[in-house]
Formats: sequence, C-alpha cells, structure tokens
Amino acid sequence: MNAPLPAAVDWPLATHQVLARHGVGLVGYVPDAGHKRLIELCQADARMRTVVMTTEEEGVGLAAGAWLGGVKCALLMQSSGVGNIINALGMTRECRFPLLLLATMRGENGEFNPWQVPMGQATPGVLRAMGVVVHQAESADAVPGQVDASARIAFGSYCAAAVLISQVVIGIKSFQEQSGR
Amino acid sequence: MTLHRRDVVQALLAERGGLLVVAGLGSTAWDCTAAGDHDLTFPLWGAMGCAAMLGLGLALAQPQRRVLVVTGDGEMLMGLGSLATIGVQRPANLSVVVIDNERYGETGMQETHTAHGVDLAAIARAAGFASGVLLRDAAGLGALRRTIHEAPGPNFAQVKVSAEKVPLVLPPREGALLKNRFRAALLGAGAALQ
Repeated sequence: MNAPLPAAVDWPLATHQVLARHGVGLVGYVPDAGHKRLIELCQADARMRTVVMTTEEEGVGLAAGAWLGGVKCALLMQSSGVGNIINALGMTRECRFPLLLLATMRGENGEFNPWQVPMGQATPGVLRAMGVVVHQAESADAVPGQVDASARIAFGSYCAAAVLISQVVIGIKSFQEQSGR
Repeated sequence: MTLHRRDVVQALLAERGGLLVVAGLGSTAWDCTAAGDHDLTFPLWGAMGCAAMLGLGLALAQPQRRVLVVTGDGEMLMGLGSLATIGVQRPANLSVVVIDNERYGETGMQETHTAHGVDLAAIARAAGFASGVLLRDAAGLGALRRTIHEAPGPNFAQVKVSAEKVPLVLPPREGALLKNRFRAALLGAGAALQ
C-alpha cells in the first residue's frame, strides 16, 4: 500500500523556517490536509500574517498587492486549486511579480478519489504552460531545499515558482484517513 | 440626478495625497487615468476579479497608508469571495468602491447581475465590512471621499452611474512598468534592489 514513508526531516517545520528566513510576511492559503501543520506554524508566527481565502485565485491578487507594498507573500494550496489560478497568472507574468506557490499534490501517487486525478495529473503541465518554474518534491527530505530554491528564484528573479509536494510525502491513502486528519 | 462615472472618480480622487489606488480592469482603469495618470495608481489590464485582493495585499503590506480599490460591477462580481476574505482580515485602511453601471461595458454593454437587483453593498456589509453604502446621487460623494481617507475600514461603496460610453483614456499598458513605477513611488529607489 501507499503508506507514508518515514520522514527523515520534519518538512512542515523546516519549510516554515525557510519561509521565515526569506522574510515572507504574508501567507495566503486555501486549506489542505497536507498543509495543516505548515498553516498552523505560520499562524503561530508573529512575523507572518495568514489570510484564509475562498478560492486560490484570490492569492494571486493578494501576493501581487503585497509585493506592490514591499512585502513577500507565499501561497499554500492543493493541486486542484492550481486550476483556479491560471488566468490570474497572466498578470504575475506580465508584471514580473514574484510568486511563491506551495501545492500539495492529489491525483497522483495512489489517489483514491478519481475526481482528483485529472487536475492532479495536469498540474505540472498547466503551471509550466503559464511560465511558472516547477519544482517537484518526491520526498520529505527534498521539500525544504526546493522551497528555498523556489523562494530564491521567485523573489530574486521576479517570477512565479511552485513546489509540488508529492502525495508520497503527504501519504494520504484513503478517504477515511483524510477525514481523520 | 444620474451620476456620471468620470465625475464620480474625479471627485473621489481629488486631492488624493498619499492615497494608494488599485483600478480594476476596463472602464474604471480608464476613469482613474482620466482623473490623472499617477505613479501610485496600479491599473489592471487583466486578472479580472482580482482587484479587491490586490487592494487587500497592499493594505496589509502598508498599514500606515490609505488604500482604495476602484472597480466595476462586473469585475467585483467575478471576485465576490474576496469580500468574505477582506471581511475576515478587516484592514482598517482599505476601501473598495464599485462604479456600478449595471453593464459589462467593454464587451457590448450586456447587463450584469446588479441590473437585476444584486446588492453588492449589502453583501459587503454581511461579509463584515465596517461600512457598505449605496449611492445614487452626488450628495454622498464628499462624505465617501472623507471615508476613503479617514474612516476605519474596511469600507465599501457601490455608486450607481449611468450606462454611457465615454472616451478611452488609457494608462501605460506594460505590467512591469506599472509595477516598478508604483513601487519606486511608494518604497523609494531602493525598491528596485529588493
């Protein structure tokens, strides 16, 4: 079965530290079970303002407005939410806004919900089609380093960068398990 | 007396001081430009439905500055959820003004939902805005301008205007230019080195 691998690193904790080190001051999110702990770590950090959004598209506007005001923003979402931001990414690219996007994957490794599969499978291609630099983290160990690399390229090179955190890392294998989280 | 959109935006942006402005795509971006192209106005040429959220991001990033979003009814309707998001964050320095001609003005003047009774100001109040008013005549414009500059927000206003075609007055189109000039005016020359 698709049991979560024993994590060599505490990736939510390490990822939060990476965001803090880059001076991220604003975190927009649409909740996902895979982001639960990272969201809570950001909420508990006085240096970060968290913004719960009704749809992921709001985050693209939020991040753009924050950068206009000199503040770095990170967005947390599930891969299905990537489908909700595509047109707005046109603004990100045309204006060369930095955008740091962390998406936990569904619809790939051992997915139990068939409705998640189409968007999950399309996620990397759709992002690349809109000019987003895509990093794919296939293990917990890889996540913090790829978040760091994405933050560097987003804020350093004024572009959109995404880390797709594999379902192997998240390890959800059944609807019952997801409900229990 | 029916209000004209250009008069309304001109009045709201008069003596704007340090006001930071986000203009929603289409007619409201042209209205803000007609009132005077300004480095501290960020006019959108795309990303329909995102204007209010740019305003929120800017207001949270710059809590000491007043932020105004001027957008159209069609643009606001596409981002209705952002009213709920702003209602949760409650930034005291943010105002959202919808110039409501009840039409999709750039696409053939088709009626929007507000032509059929959808009450955006009531939605904003219900979402947690500190104020949400509906204006139909010039009497309230002075008070609205003061609200934008002084009143604890988030504030919302829906201003009914006539469905008229007005001359195009276009801001620069290049997104990176619009971003960079805004940041330089707000943050200083060092913004380019952030």
